[in-house]
Amino acid sequence: MAARAAGDDTFPKLLMRNAAVMGSRPAIREKDLGIWQTWTWAQVADEVRDVALGLQALGLKAGDTVAVVGANRPRLYWTFAAVQSIGGVPVPVYKDSVADEMVYVLEHAEVAFAVVEDQEQTDKVLSMADRLPGLAHIVYDEERGLRHYDHTRLHGFAAVQEIGRKARAADAGLEARWRQGIAAGRGGDLAVILYTSGTTGKPKGVMLSYDNVLISAENGIKFDALSAAEEVIAYLPLAWVGDHIFSYAQSYVSGFCVNCPESPETVVDDRREIGPTYAFAPPRVYENLLTLTLVRMEDASAPKRRMFNYFIEHARRVGEAILDRQPVGLVDRLLYGLGEILVYGPLKNRFGFSRIRVAYTAGEAIGPEIFRFFRSIGVNLKQLYGATEAAVYVTMQPDAEIRADTVGKPAPDVEIRISETGEVLYRSPGVFMGYFKNPEATAATKTADGWVHSGDAGFFDQTGHLRIIDRAKDVGRLLSGELFAPKYVENKLKFFPNIKEVVAVGDGRGFCCAMINIDLVAVGNWAERNNVSYASYQELAGHPKVYDIIASHVDQVNRDLAGEPMMSGSQIQRFLVLHKELDADDGELTRTQKVRRGFIAERYAPLVEALYDGSTERYVNTEVTFEDGRKGSIAATVKIRDMATYPAVRPEPVREAAE
Amino acid sequence: MMAFVDTGRRAGPKPIAAGEVLLEVEGISLAFGGVKALNSISFDIRKGEVRAIIGPNGAGKTSMLNVINGFYHPQHGRITYRGEVRRRQRPDTAAQQGISRTFQNVALFKGLTTLENIMAGRALKMNVGFFWQCLRVGPALNEEIAHRRKVEEIIDFLEIEHIRKVPVGKLPYGLKKRVELGRALAQEPELLLLDEPMAGMNLEEKEDMSRFILDVREQFGTTIALIEHDMGVVMDISDRVVVLDYGRKIADGTPDEVQKNQDVIDAYLGVQH
Repeated sequence: MAARAAGDDTFPKLLMRNAAVMGSRPAIREKDLGIWQTWTWAQVADEVRDVALGLQALGLKAGDTVAVVGANRPRLYWTFAAVQSIGGVPVPVYKDSVADEMVYVLEHAEVAFAVVEDQEQTDKVLSMADRLPGLAHIVYDEERGLRHYDHTRLHGFAAVQEIGRKARAADAGLEARWRQGIAAGRGGDLAVILYTSGTTGKPKGVMLSYDNVLISAENGIKFDALSAAEEVIAYLPLAWVGDHIFSYAQSYVSGFCVNCPESPETVVDDRREIGPTYAFAPPRVYENLLTLTLVRMEDASAPKRRMFNYFIEHARRVGEAILDRQPVGLVDRLLYGLGEILVYGPLKNRFGFSRIRVAYTAGEAIGPEIFRFFRSIGVNLKQLYGATEAAVYVTMQPDAEIRADTVGKPAPDVEIRISETGEVLYRSPGVFMGYFKNPEATAATKTADGWVHSGDAGFFDQTGHLRIIDRAKDVGRLLSGELFAPKYVENKLKFFPNIKEVVAVGDGRGFCCAMINIDLVAVGNWAERNNVSYASYQELAGHPKVYDIIASHVDQVNRDLAGEPMMSGSQIQRFLVLHKELDADDGELTRTQKVRRGFIAERYAPLVEALYDGSTERYVNTEVTFEDGRKGSIAATVKIRDMATYPAVRPEPVREAAE
Repeated sequence: MMAFVDTGRRAGPKPIAAGEVLLEVEGISLAFGGVKALNSISFDIRKGEVRAIIGPNGAGKTSMLNVINGFYHPQHGRITYRGEVRRRQRPDTAAQQGISRTFQNVALFKGLTTLENIMAGRALKMNVGFFWQCLRVGPALNEEIAHRRKVEEIIDFLEIEHIRKVPVGKLPYGLKKRVELGRALAQEPELLLLDEPMAGMNLEEKEDMSRFILDVREQFGTTIALIEHDMGVVMDISDRVVVLDYGRKIADGTPDEVQKNQDVIDAYLGVQH
């Protein structure tokens, strides 16, 4: 796609351009009743126009905010553009938020309309209606179960479009005025408010202008030479800045097609059918794919397993070099080619990565083994470091300069500096306008001259790549004065498929301890194969043999840490396996599934205390929240294991390359 | 959608308005040798309601469903369906008349996929002959497309897209139950008989299934008769409840009335004799 013309500085303008320039190209697809349904750019422009005029007829006006709650459905993406075309501001909201969290965002954003996916979301919004005096209308996409609701303030999406069509038929000049309104939009206008899930405190509304979003999106497109021929799968939360840039902004700028899965459970199959060329996912997704593969391989027949292991080992040696177009011996190349036919190709096909050109991971550090696994079988997986406040891009890894332990070089147009305290600061055209109705927080994060405090501690290495160690506020010290970066330790443990989440504690303490969540899929499979019976997650987590497995992983990590002079003090001396899965509904994880370490330390204070007072087990009673908002409690006696630590060793002169 | 039963095979059935009696059983007695499974049972099922049949183990609930769908033939009594007194008939006739059911122990084709199982539920609706179906061209293809569409609507309705192509033998129990409901729905029944749709499910699965049952009624206007042991569920979703105990009817009324009935309390909690 040709570069964006200077005038095309808002989403509605880009939509008009796409409809005119490539009206017959596919813009968005959704799998419905088992068949992929496609809308072209021209059709999308018509759909958006009808919704926009319908919303306008219902009373939506410039400056109003509109909550968008639901999964990745074409109609919700159209709502973004429709609201923006009449000068309104969409506010996407995480659809799995419990009512309390959602009401805070809707109240804070003062939404005038809510466009929701289905009955569940409608019920949720209706239940909080008395706290939202400004909320005039609710529009739903999926009508199922809603037929008998009171429809004075509730409308089906199609009904709103019908209102729009009637308004257009009744008033010949309406569409022209709507188009004039679009033309009057400016790049500096507020485009969207994205609420950050926030590891601490209440969510903050990040205001991004059209320029923020579109310039960033375009930089990303240029960086990887994306074209209108790309295919992406949209399955990450609408409220997440990543989805907003990758599935909305970049699609509008470059004209590529966005594919909406049939349901959240079918994403893997849908991905295989579409074969995306450009992908974006948090490390968790790649981790799950790999864990699932390894678990299934355990169940495969011996010859298949041997073949798999042989070729994966071969790919580990030469795969990355081949991907980076470095010189590799002929024999190795031929062997890799054979592996491509026998193992890598089928595997990529399973993952839906057969046609992938560029895949990104961001949001969290990815386990180096997972990262290398995908690269070695020929998936061009890269890391990216970004933030909502930066409209995603801060640093990116250029092709052929990819390593597991860095997040890359500054993205185009981004300036980065490291403060005296080690915090990463950035400045770019993507930097947000400010937090909505929260000037104090804005002032604390963004300096007068546009630098943003990322809150992450990091440094540039010799090659000019940025490395992130941890959240700046989380980096602490042990009593001995040694550096303690909890996430660094946690990530090392999380690489093991049996471990799902880890919370490391140690700041201001004598030594480091870990609270571990097992991965039910991996450990459950192990239990099945080894005739270990269990009735619940809790029972499995407390099983002595499971403790033995986890202890062996912790021991491995301790050995690794001993080899790293900076981190050798962070070896884990005691650990426990938590009796319940950490869950966002209980506030233990953020909605983007990051552990909220401080909250967890407080919630499980008796366990933390037990870790440090030498006891071998501790009884805890934990309150849990079920999906429907009811509360219950889980009680358990959690055992604690002591671990051996290793003396810090100087790195040996000959070390494995790229370690 | 599927609000109206396909009437192709029946000669001019009268539409029955919601609230009118759809099916009535009078004085039904059924005995296996000397065992009296049902003893002079009478009750009715009205169009558009969720009618629960409850009772302790061995009360005769499943026997009652089997009588309704023609699997058992009572020695005494009369069944009136859509205003017509029913003669001795086979289950497939009942199915053609718009009565379909699910079973206490899931009865699906294990080796077939979800899609194929539900498609099997459409068998009665196939009009094209076997010969054309074998060729899979022309009218047969058109018909298959139309049926597939219905089946896909059911799959969408029951939110089982992700297991569309999974053999049902591999599915967990809760999902099998859902597939079985799907197959029953594929017949576009007027009266749907559910035999313990929630047995062996956890709380979340029960809530899902309750929602599906209520949605079925709302979306398709299907009348539902269900046997269920979970009292909470029964009281929540049914309009009227009939209580059986040792083959006799001991109560009949709204959930509230039934809950207060002393005979029901005695039957469930036991009484000193």
